[in-house]
Amino acid sequence: MSRPGGGAFRVSALALGFAFLYLPIAVLVAYSFNGSRLVTIWGGFSTRWYGALAVDDGFRDAALTSLEIGVMAASAALVIGTCAGLAMNRFARFRGRALFGFMLMAPLVVPEVILGLSLLLLFVAAQRWLGWPASRGVVTVTIAHATFTSCFVAVLVRAQLAGFDRSLEEAALDLGARPFAVLWRITLPAISPALVSGWLLAFTMSLDDLVVASFVSGPSATTLPMAVYSSVRIGVTPEINALATVFLAIVFTMVALAGWAMARQERRRVAAL
Amino acid sequence: MIGLGRWGRRALIGLPFLWLAVFFLLPLLFVAAISFAESADSIPPFKPLVSATAAGLQSNATLANYRELAQGCLCAYANSLGNAALATLLCLVIGYPIALAIARAPGVWRHLLMFMVMLPFWTSFLIRVYAWIALLQPSGLINRLLIASGLIGAPLPLLYNGFSVELGLVYSYLPFMILPLYGSLARLDLSLVEAAADLGAPPWRAFLGVVLPLTLPGIAAGALLVFIPAVGEFVIPDLLGGPDTLMIGKLLWQEFFDNVDWPAASAVAMALVAAVVLPLLAAQRLLARTGAA
Amino acid sequence: MALLEIVDISKGFAATAAVDRVSLAVEEGEFFALLGPSGCGKTTLLRLIAGFETPDRGRILIDGVEINAVPPYARPVNMMFQSYALFPHLDVAGNVAFGLKQEGMERRRRAARVAEMLALVQMSDYARRRPHELSGGQKQRVALARALARMPKLLLLDEPLAALDRKLREETRLELKGIQERLGTTFLVVTHDQEEALGMASRVAVMNRGTLVQTGTPADIYERPNSRFVADFVGAVNLFEGEPVIADGASCLAVAGVEQPVPLPAANAPAPVALAVRPEKLLLSRQPPPGLALAARVQSIDYQGGQSTVHLQTPAGRKLRAQLANAAAQGLARGDAVWASWSPDDAVVLTR
Repeated sequence: MSRPGGGAFRVSALALGFAFLYLPIAVLVAYSFNGSRLVTIWGGFSTRWYGALAVDDGFRDAALTSLEIGVMAASAALVIGTCAGLAMNRFARFRGRALFGFMLMAPLVVPEVILGLSLLLLFVAAQRWLGWPASRGVVTVTIAHATFTSCFVAVLVRAQLAGFDRSLEEAALDLGARPFAVLWRITLPAISPALVSGWLLAFTMSLDDLVVASFVSGPSATTLPMAVYSSVRIGVTPEINALATVFLAIVFTMVALAGWAMARQERRRVAAL
Repeated sequence: MIGLGRWGRRALIGLPFLWLAVFFLLPLLFVAAISFAESADSIPPFKPLVSATAAGLQSNATLANYRELAQGCLCAYANSLGNAALATLLCLVIGYPIALAIARAPGVWRHLLMFMVMLPFWTSFLIRVYAWIALLQPSGLINRLLIASGLIGAPLPLLYNGFSVELGLVYSYLPFMILPLYGSLARLDLSLVEAAADLGAPPWRAFLGVVLPLTLPGIAAGALLVFIPAVGEFVIPDLLGGPDTLMIGKLLWQEFFDNVDWPAASAVAMALVAAVVLPLLAAQRLLARTGAA
Repeated sequence: MALLEIVDISKGFAATAAVDRVSLAVEEGEFFALLGPSGCGKTTLLRLIAGFETPDRGRILIDGVEINAVPPYARPVNMMFQSYALFPHLDVAGNVAFGLKQEGMERRRRAARVAEMLALVQMSDYARRRPHELSGGQKQRVALARALARMPKLLLLDEPLAALDRKLREETRLELKGIQERLGTTFLVVTHDQEEALGMASRVAVMNRGTLVQTGTPADIYERPNSRFVADFVGAVNLFEGEPVIADGASCLAVAGVEQPVPLPAANAPAPVALAVRPEKLLLSRQPPPGLALAARVQSIDYQGGQSTVHLQTPAGRKLRAQLANAAAQGLARGDAVWASWSPDDAVVLTR
């Protein structure tokens, strides 16, 4: 519908909205190149904070730990979440479906402090009664992250399955494929966008989590957010700005690559028609 | 799934079901249990609920934690609920026009704009909140701009108070409101808006009478996605808040990490669960009715 | 003064002109049809009249008043949408009352008008139902009632019968005509179905590629098409296209697939390009009749209940089509050799 007044309103809403969302990011990027340590003074353009970041052992180890946890948690979440998404989509009735649905939705909204505390108490009790886990660290954080991120994966998988044409599976069965082969060769490839974005989402959320990790981690495993948090508590550290900018650059690059890959795939598909 | 067989079906359902039951439900039961425990100077820092003595099994359960809760600072709860409610309202008021603008944009732009809304979410949440400190300080960017433009004489207290906490909440949770709103708006049949205009409704009447009622599911979903996590939010009141902006999440953290009083923290957690359980069940019922996740 | 006047309206999207310099007038109380294939611009024209698009040039006048700058909610025009566009969050009565609420009509009068409208479309028992509980035909009645509730001067109908099955279509056609006659409201229907247009309307305008090709009564359009497009689009036709020649002192057309030149009726227009003969005007006989006759062989006979369509082909490969009552079609069988002819008065000369 074309309404001249409406258009101006919409554009200004978008402009203000994005200005609000991106203001801190712009600040971070700008000050990551600030020669001076303080935000109040501009000390000229400098990359010294990037240098400081590169040699900071604490941050580097924390980053590696976070990456390790992120990859493992995202992969576990992918398996769990995909099974959950398939189960909810395909089986209209089974015992405990209501409870299952609740368990899939609740972790999405329950405050992180509760998730963290509850899992810690579980691990403590388990250590007491089962002897495992001997100490808290990478494994416990991975389990915690996998738990709440799998719900996000399930949401994405369900959304993608909603638009999936079941007759494809029926055709495969008709042609002699066994159910597991149908799942592996037909269904999963068809929902691969949800699987990829689900893994990426779980990975990002794991990388970004402070609260849950703080509760369930141990002295041996400091994640990147935990390192950033304690650094921020102490005082101003401009290395953080550099870290944020690096993050941003990585995400941008990954998304640009993904977009380029998808566009290329689409071009190939159209050309083949 | 056709032909998967009983065991295949059980595996598909069972794996996630068991995992979530063990690592989500069961822990919550532990929290409930420990909230009745007595704190102690041991590792772990509480007395076991049931201990074996010479006289047999003895229960160490106590209501002390809850009593402390009731006598202590209820302001934290009021703060949390109030801040979360205000943040939800602000997210709705700010997010709706943005979602509307994106939904009405031409096709190619829509995906790009939604992507740009979600992009900040993919960069570190912690660091973005931290950036607001630099912006809101007395000597920070915003104050300096205001003073330089002559609008104010002395820097405004923008940090470590209710304002900064609210700003942080709205900033962090805005995308969670925009996303379901956009979904609802994108699904809206535009011919309904045209029909309303055809029947004599000027644009604002068409919005109130047709668009708003039909996007109610999106509004409800967004409100839930903002309100419930915001009630228990920790990072924002911790980094951006001051002495009088204590929220439940921070209270729980303090009890746990600073006071090493796990039972007290558990009691706080149970109170928090009580505060969000009603909205949570309402959410489940609403989502079941609209049939979407 | 006509109720609706469209003067030299043009509207383009991107590089294409959806509507190209169209002018027409609709009189008060008419049942007017805009007929054309998809993409001809008829829906765009409708939306221009309703106010959802603004014309690039030209004027639209209602009762002599120019309404180009008037927004849709202020025009004395209402539309029945092709998709019905019923408000899912309101019940049937709420939908019908919507426009009355915008007018500011007070509650009691509103209720009375809603009841009146629902009775008009025979949906009185469904006042409390929600749109998703209604069938397609029922939704359409509600959409009609809603659009008529404000007693507009002009009612626009966008493909009203397109979503209905055949039997329902015929019944609804009659009902629409009945309602229009009862209320005296001016109806403007947009459709691609020529049966619909000819059956319902008192006047028809045929559109193609954004321009108005012919305007007239259904009989005018059918019996005296002014172009090959209209002759072919409206109903079936035997179209003889060819070069004008003189044979035996008479003007004729040299048509491919026909051995002799086809003589044109005496009073003919300059530069003829085609001759149109409707299938029901084609006469078939076993013996060659006097005058022009084409030899042809029966290819197939489509039995259609009351009538039959006979498909023929001349030795040179030219296809012909005849429409006969069953009695006349009896006795014809596939492969039969017959002679096809027509009365000169039944043929229409086309100059474009």
